[in-house]
Amino acid sequence: MTAAVRAELARWPASLKVGSASFALIVLTGLFAPWLTAYDPYTQDLANFLQPPSWQHPFGTDQVGRDVFTRVLYGIRIDLQIGFLTTYVPMSYGLLLGALAGYLGGWFDTVLMRLLDVAVAFPFLVLIIVIIAILGPGVHTIYIAVFILAWTMYARLARSEMLVERGKDYVLAARTLGYPTSRVIFRHAMPNVINSSIVFSMADFVLNILLVSGLSFLGLGVEAPLPEWGAMIAEGRDFIFDAWWIATLPGLAIVLTGVSLSLIGDGLAHRLGQRQRSFL
Amino acid sequence: MAILEYIVGRILQMVPVLFGVSLVAFLCIHLVPGDPVQIMMHGRATPEVLATVRAELGLDQPLPEQYLRFIGGAIVGDLGKSIIQKAPVNEIIGERLGPSLFLLVYSAVLAVLFALPLAVVAALRAERLIDHSIRILGVVGFAMPPFWIGLLLMVLFGLVLNWFPISGYGDSFVEHLWHLFLPSVTIAVFLAPLLVQSLRSAMLDVMTADYIEVARAKGLSRRRIVVKHVLRNAAIPVVTVLAVNIGWLLGGAVIVEYVFAFPGLGSLLVRAVGFRDYPVIQGLTLVFAVIVMIINLLADLSYMAIDRRVLRR
Amino acid sequence: MTTTAPLLNVAGLCIEFRTGDAVVRANADVSFTLTAGRTLGVVGESGSGKSVLCRSLLGLIPSPPGFVTAGSVRFEGGELLGLDEAGLRRVRGTAIAMIFQNPMSGLNPVWPVGDQISEGLRVHRGLASRDARARAVALMQQVGIPSPEKRYDEYPHQWSGGMLQRAMIAMAMACEPRLLLADEPTTALDATIQDQILALLVELQERTGMAMILVSHDMAVIAETSDEVAVMYAGRIVELASTAAVFRAPRHPYTLGLLGSIPRNTGDTRLRPIPGQPPNLVELGPGCSFADRCVFTSAECRVTPAALRPVGPAHLSACLFPERMTAASA
Ligand SMILES: Nc1ncnc2c1ncn2[C@@H]1O[C@H](COP(=O)(O)OP(=O)(O)O)[C@@H](O)[C@H]1O
Ligand SMILES: [Mg+2]
Repeated sequence: MTAAVRAELARWPASLKVGSASFALIVLTGLFAPWLTAYDPYTQDLANFLQPPSWQHPFGTDQVGRDVFTRVLYGIRIDLQIGFLTTYVPMSYGLLLGALAGYLGGWFDTVLMRLLDVAVAFPFLVLIIVIIAILGPGVHTIYIAVFILAWTMYARLARSEMLVERGKDYVLAARTLGYPTSRVIFRHAMPNVINSSIVFSMADFVLNILLVSGLSFLGLGVEAPLPEWGAMIAEGRDFIFDAWWIATLPGLAIVLTGVSLSLIGDGLAHRLGQRQRSFL
Repeated sequence: MAILEYIVGRILQMVPVLFGVSLVAFLCIHLVPGDPVQIMMHGRATPEVLATVRAELGLDQPLPEQYLRFIGGAIVGDLGKSIIQKAPVNEIIGERLGPSLFLLVYSAVLAVLFALPLAVVAALRAERLIDHSIRILGVVGFAMPPFWIGLLLMVLFGLVLNWFPISGYGDSFVEHLWHLFLPSVTIAVFLAPLLVQSLRSAMLDVMTADYIEVARAKGLSRRRIVVKHVLRNAAIPVVTVLAVNIGWLLGGAVIVEYVFAFPGLGSLLVRAVGFRDYPVIQGLTLVFAVIVMIINLLADLSYMAIDRRVLRR
Repeated sequence: MTTTAPLLNVAGLCIEFRTGDAVVRANADVSFTLTAGRTLGVVGESGSGKSVLCRSLLGLIPSPPGFVTAGSVRFEGGELLGLDEAGLRRVRGTAIAMIFQNPMSGLNPVWPVGDQISEGLRVHRGLASRDARARAVALMQQVGIPSPEKRYDEYPHQWSGGMLQRAMIAMAMACEPRLLLADEPTTALDATIQDQILALLVELQERTGMAMILVSHDMAVIAETSDEVAVMYAGRIVELASTAAVFRAPRHPYTLGLLGSIPRNTGDTRLRPIPGQPPNLVELGPGCSFADRCVFTSAECRVTPAALRPVGPAHLSACLFPERMTAASA
C-alpha cells in the first residue's frame, strides 16, 4: 500500500506536488481557521479601525476594526466552497450529456449542439449577470446561474473527446462483443473521455473563484458582512489610498489559491498524459 | 468562387444561432419571478403608472406577438426605451459601443505585444529555466482577479505616481490611448497568459514539422524560419483559442470597465442590473452576443486567410 | 562531366543519439568519397542510419539528442563539421541541397508553392520578388510542372504527391547546388510516379553536372541511378563499391540478402525479405552486427570487430569472411 503510494508520488511532476501541498495547506487553514486566530470575522472594534499590519493584526484591520487576517482565513471557506460546487456540479452532468451526445449522435446530439452554439455566443459573465438581474443578487442566484450555464463547456469538451474515442478499436471491439451501450460508454470509453475535463476543471475552478469574487466585487454576489474575498476587496476599495492592506491582501489570497490550483492542473495534465496544459 | 462560398456559408450558419440568442434576450424579462414592472418601479408606482409602463413595453400583448415585435424592432435597431434614462436603448448603447470596442481592441493589441515575445522565447528555450519562469509568470497572471489588478494599477500608476488618468475616455485618439492604458493593461494581463500558453505549444508543434526541416535545409536563418514559417502556422490554433475565449475576455472587460468607471457597455450592464432596467439589459444581452458572433466570424475568416485548407471540404 | 577532384570526403563519422540512459549509435565510422558529378547510392533497411547520414552533412541533426562524436566531412576542401549556424547557412541550399522523403508534409501548408520555390533565390541570391518568381517559374517548367505560371500561386493541399515532389526538387535546384542529397525521394509516391521522379533526377544531374547522394531501401532504384553503392547496416557502411561490382559480385552477405529482395521482372514480384530483425542499436556486441541474421556466420563473427576493408579492386566490405560467399555461390 505505502509502496504503491510512493510509486505514484514518484510519478508526480514537481508542479503537481507543489500545487497539491499548497492547496492542502490552504484547505486546512480554512478548516482550522477558528484555532488559528484569536479574532472573530464579524466583530467590529471601532476603536481599532484602519490599523496597519502589526504583530497583533498581521494583515491590519478594516474600516470597522475587524481583523483582516481573520476575515481572509474565514474567506477560504466561502470561496473554496462556492468555487468547488460551481466547478464540479456542472462538470458532472456536462460530462454526461456531452459524452452521450458524442457517442449516440442523432437528434440528441443535434439539439445539444444547437444549445451549445447559443450558449457560447454570449460572454459567460454577461449571461450570469443577466440571470442575477432576473432572480436578484446573492449566492443562491450564483449557484443557479452557474448550474444553468457552466455545464456547456464540459459538454463540448466531452463530446469532442467521445467522438475521437468512439472510432477507436477498443470501443469497436467492446461493441462487437455485444456489450450493452451503457457499458461501452461508461466502462470503456468514459475513463478516456474524462481526463481532459479533469485537467480543464482545475482552470475552471480558478476562473470560478475569480467569477464569484468578481460578482461580489460588483455587489451582485456574496453579501456584505460575509468575509468573501471579492467583497472584502470591494469594501477596501474606498480606503485603498490610506489603508492598502484591506483590499490588497484578500487579493493575494485569491492569487495564491489560483496558482495552487493551476499548478495542480498543469501537473495533472502531465500525469494523465494530456497534451493540453492546464488552461485552454 | 470557393472563398465567397465559404464566407456566405459561414454567415448563414449564424442565422439559427442569432434566433436562439434573440430568444434568450427576449425571454429574460419574462422569466422574472413576479411582476417585472413592479420590480422595475421598485414597488413605488401607482397601479395606473404600472399599467402605462406595461403597455409601453408591450407586456400586455400575447407572447408570440411580443417576440415578433422585439425581433422586428431589433432588426431595424429599435431596442425599446430605458426605464431609468427615458431614452431609446439603442442610443444609450450606441454611445458606449465605440469606447467599449476601442478598449477591447486596445487590450487585445497590448496582450499580443506582451505575449508574442514571451511565447517565442518560451518555445525556443522550451523546458529550460526561462521557459519555466515564463510559465510561472503565466500561472500567476491567470490567477489574478482583473478587478484587483485594476485597483492596484490605478493606485500605483494613477494616484501615487500620477502617470495615467484613472477614469474617463478622453476626446482624441491619442487621449483615448492614454486614458485607456491602465484598463487595457489590466485586461491584457488577464488575456496574455492564455495567448502565451497556446502560442508556445502551437510553435512547439510546428517546429517539429517536416517543412521546418526543409526550410532549414534551404539555408534560411533561424529568425526567418521563426517569423515567416513557424509563427504563421502557429497563429492558426492561437486565433482559435482567442475566439473560443472571447467570451471570457468580454466578461473580464465588464468588471474592468466598472473598476475604472469607464463609459462602456460593461459598466452600463452593471448599472442597469442595479436599477433592474430590463429593456437596457435585453438590448445589452443582444449586443454582447452579436459582438461575440462577429468576432468569431472574423476569427474564422482570418483563419481562412492564413490557411486555405479550410476551403477544401 | 569527368572531373576527378573529390567533392565530398566523409571520414570516420560517428553519430550518437542520447535519450535517457540509452545511447543509439546511428552512424559508426562512416567513410566514403564522392567525386563531382557522380551519384552515390546509399541503401539499407529502415533504421540503418541513412537519413542521419544525410542530415549530418547539412548540420541538421537535432542536438540534443544527437551528437557527432567523431569524424570529418570535407566538402570542396572545407570542413563542414563544427561550422556554426552562419557557416552552415552558406552551404545549405546553395552548395548542398536536400530533398526529403515525404513531399506532402515537406511544404509549408500556408505558403503558395511557388513562393517556397523562389524563397531560396530571394534569400541567397538577393533576387527581387519579380525576378525570383520568373526564375522559379522556369524551374517549375524544368522539373515538369505543367502551367507553372498558374500553379505558382496554388497551395500545397491543391497538389498531388508527385507534383509536390517535383516542387521539392525545383526548390532544391533553385540555387544550382553542386551536391544534391535525395533521401528516399520516391518512397512515399505511387509506383508509376516513382520512375518519373527518378528519371527527372537523372536528367537534372546530367544537365547540371551536380553530384548526388541517393538514399533508398530499394536495390532496384540504386541499380538504375547510381555510379557507386554504399550498403548500410546498423549504422555502418558494410559494403562500398561501384554499382556494377556490387550487383555482379556482392562481397557482403547483407548485400546478397538485399539483392534477393529485389522484386524480379520475371512475373515473380514477391519480396524475399532477409529473415530476422535489424539489431537494437543500443546494445550492439563487439562483433559483426549482422552475425545473428547471416547464413555464413561462425563463432568468430560475434567477437571480432568487422571493419570496412578492401576485398578487391575498389571494392570494400566489412565481412570478415567474404570468401565464404564466393564458395557458396560457386
Ligand atoms: N531525432 C532522433 N532521436 C533519437 N534517435 C534518432 C533520431 N533520429 C534518428 N535516430 C535513430 O537513428 C537510427 C537511424 O535512423 P535513420 O537514419 O532515420 O534511419 P534510416 O536508415 O531509415 O533513414 C534510428 O534507429 C533511430 O533510432
Ligand atoms: Mg530515412
